[in-house]
Amino acid sequence: MNDFVNGFWPIWISTITLGGIAFCVGLLIFASRIKVNVQSDNTNGHEWDGIKEMNNPLPMWWVGLFIITVIFGLAYLFLFPGLGTYNGKFGWTEVKQYEAEVAKNNEKIAPLYAKYAAMPVEEVAKIPEARDIGKRIFLNNCAACHGSDAKGSRGFPNLTDNDWLYGGAPDTIKLTINNGRNGIMPPMAAAVGSEEDVKNVANYVLSLSGSIHDSGRANAGKEKFAVCAACHGPEGKGNQAIGAPNLTDNIWLHGQGEAAIIKRIHEGKNNVMPAWQEKFTPEQIHLLTAYVWGLSKK
Amino acid sequence: MSDIKESAVIKTTIPEQEVVLSLYKSADKIYARSVSGIFHKWRWVMVWATQLFFYGVPWLQWDGRQAMLFDLEAKRFYIFGLIFHPQDLIYLSFLLIVSALALFLFTAVAGRLWCGYTCPQTVYTEIYMWMEQKIEGDRIARMRLDDSQWNLNKITRKSLKQFAWITFGLWTGVTFVGYFSPIRELVPAIFEWQLGGWETFWICFYGFATYGNAGYMREQVCKYMCPYARFQSAMFDGDTMTVTYDEARGEPRGARSKKAGENANGLGSCIDCSICVQVCPTGIDIRNGLQYECIGCGACIDACDDVMDKMGYAKGLIKYTTQNGLENRWTRQQMWRRLLRPRVLVYTAILSALTIGMVVSLYFKPDFRLDVLRDRAMMARYTNEGKIENVYNLKLENDTETTRDYALQVTGLPDISVHISDNNGQPFKGFKPFETRNVIVELQLPDGVTNAGSHKIYFEMTDIASKDTIKEKSVFIVPSN
Repeated sequence: MNDFVNGFWPIWISTITLGGIAFCVGLLIFASRIKVNVQSDNTNGHEWDGIKEMNNPLPMWWVGLFIITVIFGLAYLFLFPGLGTYNGKFGWTEVKQYEAEVAKNNEKIAPLYAKYAAMPVEEVAKIPEARDIGKRIFLNNCAACHGSDAKGSRGFPNLTDNDWLYGGAPDTIKLTINNGRNGIMPPMAAAVGSEEDVKNVANYVLSLSGSIHDSGRANAGKEKFAVCAACHGPEGKGNQAIGAPNLTDNIWLHGQGEAAIIKRIHEGKNNVMPAWQEKFTPEQIHLLTAYVWGLSKK
Repeated sequence: MSDIKESAVIKTTIPEQEVVLSLYKSADKIYARSVSGIFHKWRWVMVWATQLFFYGVPWLQWDGRQAMLFDLEAKRFYIFGLIFHPQDLIYLSFLLIVSALALFLFTAVAGRLWCGYTCPQTVYTEIYMWMEQKIEGDRIARMRLDDSQWNLNKITRKSLKQFAWITFGLWTGVTFVGYFSPIRELVPAIFEWQLGGWETFWICFYGFATYGNAGYMREQVCKYMCPYARFQSAMFDGDTMTVTYDEARGEPRGARSKKAGENANGLGSCIDCSICVQVCPTGIDIRNGLQYECIGCGACIDACDDVMDKMGYAKGLIKYTTQNGLENRWTRQQMWRRLLRPRVLVYTAILSALTIGMVVSLYFKPDFRLDVLRDRAMMARYTNEGKIENVYNLKLENDTETTRDYALQVTGLPDISVHISDNNGQPFKGFKPFETRNVIVELQLPDGVTNAGSHKIYFEMTDIASKDTIKEKSVFIVPSN
């Protein structure tokens, strides 16, 4: 903890802190030397509007407590940070405490994770307790995009079906979670040709999955599809090596229908899934993989 | 007020002439004389009532567990049949508000009743003073013992007293910790030296606090530390019952022989025996009028009535009375008539309303919890069958000690259907005690049955055994395209 940009402020703070304590001690000593004249009726002669000030001396134990707080304050400042850049005898910081607590917690749950880490993903996915742990991690971190039921929504893949952009083998899923993914489709309208050509290609793509389409336009767009085939394959079956979606099924990640496809050809897509290996331990990712893998294996 | 006399009863006499004093001064030790009488009996009734509760309750069992246990680690408070969780903090707030209002009400009616009869400081001081008196003797004997040289008698009595005080203090500490850590396991653990560090610390800390406060600090706590003592005077008015010396009847005070009669030589009824000062636990002279140190314990009333009886005079030279009552020489009936004044009625009304409200809401408190979280990232989506789908994360918690089954019903839209994609076959069945589950629920609505926008829906979760139902509001969103 050292946010001080120059040498003045730590001295400023220390001076005020220690000066404050010194002032309190001085006040105590000063006040202990004051003597008050007390008259026979236990008042000290001060009177305002008929109200007399009585003599009620502070009890000695209170003075004792006062001294104890001063000692406590000085001891604290010696042991813990408080005086500018001085870090205290214990070297305590919030970050260290947080890390210590996280480490302690991880140590507590390590045996639980270790048990599952030694098993293959397919085995872990069969154990309800392990699935529950995976589910909790999923709900806290993944559900924000993929949905609590992992069925995704527009732009966020459904994890419960068997249609995988990059492949659904346990190791592939683990790789996806660890490193993230970046699915890029460049804008293709210029390569396809005129606006008419784009519309034709879109109808051809619709025909691949047997969706509603204009068959005349689809036939006209067939040869223009060659541009798309570089990634999506000659039959439009996609390519898991680069995450190119399969166009022959009825799953539309970025919207279905002619208009949505035309928009995609014009604009392309840059779809990012973040990498998680920094945030989770390998054991946690192992359980998460098992949970995600199990979703489509009912 | 100005004719305070030097009396032999206070160790440090009030100086007659001007003296010079420091701003700080060691407090004089007060040797309170033992007293007997009706108010003293009432105090002991309260001592027994509160302490039987405090020391007894942790030993009671309920359904195979400790009846009253504040389990901090599991974040659960068991109070007989009730179980509280952190989210029930509102009931603690209610309890504190009710306690505060009860304090206001009692104070408005009869002054510092709480201080004099039920405050732990008073109760433990009473117990500690009783031990002290049994071991060292009464007031005069204790003074002599303190002034005497250290000899076998003094050492024996002083160490006996310390032993009794410390033992009682430690047992209080054990009982206190027993509310947080099961006492039936705690006590054997003490004798086997198996205590945890924190348990040891809290037993010693609480024990030491009891020993220090009730043995040594006593009236200092009321005079210098207690916040209630400071603000209770704000609830006093002219019709508040306070311990009062009847100055008109008592003055001029003076000693006289028993034969001389009550008003011999123009004297008042006060015979200046100073016993009221000797019995006072805060060491004040009530004859100077109401003072902030007075905790309203009535010891001086008991003492003075006793003396008046012996002298053959009427009781009540010092008595519970109101300022107005004393000034106007009212009878007790006339004073009671002033009881139903606005201040008291308002306190009573608020107190009753809150108490009834709290009891009723506790009675109807469902013993399970439901939180509905809509998925935020995705408003709505179309399923492959063309239905509109919204996703919800239901957090369901069983707050009982038995296994429970629940049933879900969704109302608010007639055509809505519930789908559960959880891979657990019975997501609402077989909840173990205190189990929490996240159940993901998808609601589906046929396209076109209602207009676009957000529609209010209700998740109604029913506990099949108890028929309790929780109704949680949420929304179902229908997209516009």
